[in-house]
Amino acid sequence: MSGARADIIASIRRSLRRGRVDAQTEAELRAQVAAHRRNLIPARAAALDHSGQIDLFVAMAEEVQATVARVPSVEAVPEAVVRYLAAENLPAELVMAPDLGLDDVPWETRPLLRIRRGRAEPEDAVSLTPCFAAVAETGTLMLVSGPRTPTTLNFLPDTHIAVVRADQVVATYEDGWDRLRADGPLPRAVNFITGPSRTGDIEQRIVLGAHGPRRLHIVVVENGQEVRNGEGQE
Amino acid sequence: MEEKPARVALFVTCLVDLFRPTVGFAAVKLLESAGCTVEVPRAQTCCGQPAYNSGDRAGAKAIAAQVITVFAGYDYVVAPSGSCAGMIRQHYPEAFADDPVMLPRAQELAARTWELVSFLADVRGMQAVAASWERTATYHDACSGLRELGVRDQPRLLLGSVEGLALRELPGAETCCGFGGTFCVKYPDISDKMVDDKAADITATGADAVLAGDLGCLLNIAGKLLRRGQSIEVRHIAEVLAGMTGDVPPIGSGR
Amino acid sequence: MLATSRNFAANARAGLADQNLQRALAIMTQSGFPLRRRDAVAKLPEFEALRETGRTIKEHTLAYLDFYLELYEERVISAGGEVHWARTPNEARAAVLEICQAAGTKTVTKGKSMIAEEIGLNDFLEQNGITPVETDLGEYIIQLRREPPSHLIAPAMHLVKEQVADTFRAAHRELEPNRPLAEPRQLCDEARALLRPRFLAADVGITGANFLVAETGSSVIVTNEGNGDLTQTLPRVHIVLASLEKLVPTFEDAASLLRLLARSATGQEFSSYTTVSTGPRRPGDLDGPDAYHVVLLDNGRSAMLGGEFHDMLRCIRCAACLNHCPVYAATGGHAYGWVYPGPMGAVLTPGLIGIDEAAPLPNASTLCGRCESVCPVMIPLPKMLRHWREREYAKKLIPPVWRTGLSLWSWVARRPALYHALSEIASRGLGWAAGRRGRFRNLPFAAGWTSARDLPAPEGRSFHNLWAERVKRGANR
Repeated sequence: MSGARADIIASIRRSLRRGRVDAQTEAELRAQVAAHRRNLIPARAAALDHSGQIDLFVAMAEEVQATVARVPSVEAVPEAVVRYLAAENLPAELVMAPDLGLDDVPWETRPLLRIRRGRAEPEDAVSLTPCFAAVAETGTLMLVSGPRTPTTLNFLPDTHIAVVRADQVVATYEDGWDRLRADGPLPRAVNFITGPSRTGDIEQRIVLGAHGPRRLHIVVVENGQEVRNGEGQE
Repeated sequence: MEEKPARVALFVTCLVDLFRPTVGFAAVKLLESAGCTVEVPRAQTCCGQPAYNSGDRAGAKAIAAQVITVFAGYDYVVAPSGSCAGMIRQHYPEAFADDPVMLPRAQELAARTWELVSFLADVRGMQAVAASWERTATYHDACSGLRELGVRDQPRLLLGSVEGLALRELPGAETCCGFGGTFCVKYPDISDKMVDDKAADITATGADAVLAGDLGCLLNIAGKLLRRGQSIEVRHIAEVLAGMTGDVPPIGSGR
Repeated sequence: MLATSRNFAANARAGLADQNLQRALAIMTQSGFPLRRRDAVAKLPEFEALRETGRTIKEHTLAYLDFYLELYEERVISAGGEVHWARTPNEARAAVLEICQAAGTKTVTKGKSMIAEEIGLNDFLEQNGITPVETDLGEYIIQLRREPPSHLIAPAMHLVKEQVADTFRAAHRELEPNRPLAEPRQLCDEARALLRPRFLAADVGITGANFLVAETGSSVIVTNEGNGDLTQTLPRVHIVLASLEKLVPTFEDAASLLRLLARSATGQEFSSYTTVSTGPRRPGDLDGPDAYHVVLLDNGRSAMLGGEFHDMLRCIRCAACLNHCPVYAATGGHAYGWVYPGPMGAVLTPGLIGIDEAAPLPNASTLCGRCESVCPVMIPLPKMLRHWREREYAKKLIPPVWRTGLSLWSWVARRPALYHALSEIASRGLGWAAGRRGRFRNLPFAAGWTSARDLPAPEGRSFHNLWAERVKRGANR
């Protein structure tokens, strides 16, 4: 449809009463895009120190019906997961992102927890994923797709458990995105997830679990430092 | 309160002229009590809003040009109506945006045109009135006054000073009553629903009376309350602030 | 979609008489979106300032729309996607069909897309042997009922739950007939269970886009259900259907508008799922589509640029104007007769289908201005409604009796002496006719008014003549 493209561009220029922007303007516009300056940033999270941001993240996430467990270290994560599944009367099995960022969690301390690593299949009831970042401003998780973080884990199962390390908590979406820019080429999908799936389409009554997970459980590892794929650190 | 004398021209409005002159006299009384001398240029008729809102821009501009001429020279132009004052203040400059001769004249007039209650409070610094009226009343925010001119706190402030008057907030005070000039006769079914909802909201406050700053809204609301067989008193805020509620029965009530 | 906007008055009457609709609308106005928006705005002190930001971002993008579209296309292609430009609904439909046929498509899942409604995509796909499956719960419901959406973000909000239950019973015949369906929870669970296999079986997924980001060639979708994500992740092919003005320069710009969007729409801080998609699956990805296509639709947008209705291009489809409009709250969305209802629909529809077809819409407003006061990007909706009225006046699209009446009024208004004489006659005449009652139950020439309410009588003298008498007595100047 190259005819359509030319026509549309021409129509735009006709309406704006100008031709193509000149080379200097184009260079300026491109530079502006490359600089991607932030617009007004609300003070809500940005004005807090990191510890305050973590508290805010937890409070905002709970307000949107995510449940949050705060644990002191990675060692406590398997216990927190097992406890949660038992409390929700769910079987002790889940599909987990094959992300190396979860390798430092001592899953072997809970051998009765059956773990499969991979993408989600329709029969999977519970998934467990790491996050890329956690945005304090609105209690929003930031997850990215990749060879070790399939997107289906975030949507197909009824219950989604997300592990967040303390140093992944950032104030704003812009902070999260800057980290992503620094990480290399963009992934196919970046999911900003704020609470479980819901709908209000019938009489404005909120019902959780429309098509995505009806439960979102977030495990926040207080002294957690992010383990990056391809590197090891503790 | 501002003591400097001011020469004010009253913009009467079509509806006050035809339906309820008492509102005009109440406005004069209030303006005089605020230290203004009031004149009423005889050559005024309409602000041109019916034409403007119906898409007859040329007709509206012709009327506006007349208004601009008639009201030249006064310190202020004050109207007991948010919609007429809004027409002059907001829309005259808009209407003449492409006219390099008329635009400055329109802007000049707009800058000294005010809705009555906002003029008293914001320009003359009036904080209280000397009136008394033993009622429980609720107040409806007429749309143009509210959204074009920011008239919201001033009426509540001045009503709060009326002795014996208990003011109850109207839920949905800022929801349109359904008058909208020609709208109420072009889409009578929709207008009816809107004014019926408004009447229900007013009734639910338990107030004896409802007040507003625009006669269009008031005729609409009074007409609906009467049709519903209700005896809630409907008056223009100017009548209450000027202590002239004894001079005339409520809107739509008999003699 | 076939427009019935010409019949707005009759549509509105039907809406006013529809008890289910009125109940549904009352739920919205009394406990729904407007209250939630107000609470959300109260929790963000920077909200007002962000409205200015939103306006600025959009205006800048529109001023350089050609540049940003070209940059966007460049970046989509380098991410492995394809862009198809469509001037008209026909071209957009053809582009979608071509992609689907090349993929051997039988079923298509759809996330909510107003553009798809605008171009009548579902009917077209069905005519060409492809089954579209709406996955947004509200869209799914209205697809079963063969109705258009009545709201931008809650397509089935005109229905009460009993109607949804009836629809499900009639459509899902394989299920146990006496199963309980009284509660939204049960209805939602049923839809979820039935749609899950359809998500998994779809060959192609079509979504709209809330924003397109030029910097990265990304599309952004905002949902609460997660249906958009399943639609665009599971099938082999993802098609994004979006109109030109969805473009924003950078992620930071999208983030600012996203802060406005959910708060303005549903009163949420942020929707459950906001997803930024860029191209097809990457090497090594375990899921995601193999192909990513964007169909960019003009359909009148480029012509609106720089003109009287330019501001409308800032719209981010939040539906705040609908939610706060007393006319919409009385008539519901179907009355507007096409894809876009409420104040934004009254401005946009004549631009897209012509003022002749949509003539009543700009007039069905009191110009109360509440819409403008809640618009997150500060669109002056009443001003543009007036512009349409001016065009209708010039084209003589308003009924002759109105035109004549207005001309007469304006003529008299320019003759003060005559005006005052008539005003005195009218006030005396009507005052006398009403007698002691003080009002009229009906007036033959004012039937539009008196059919629904009494007309209060004038006091009996005109102000100007009373004033003249007072001046003569020496009481005033």
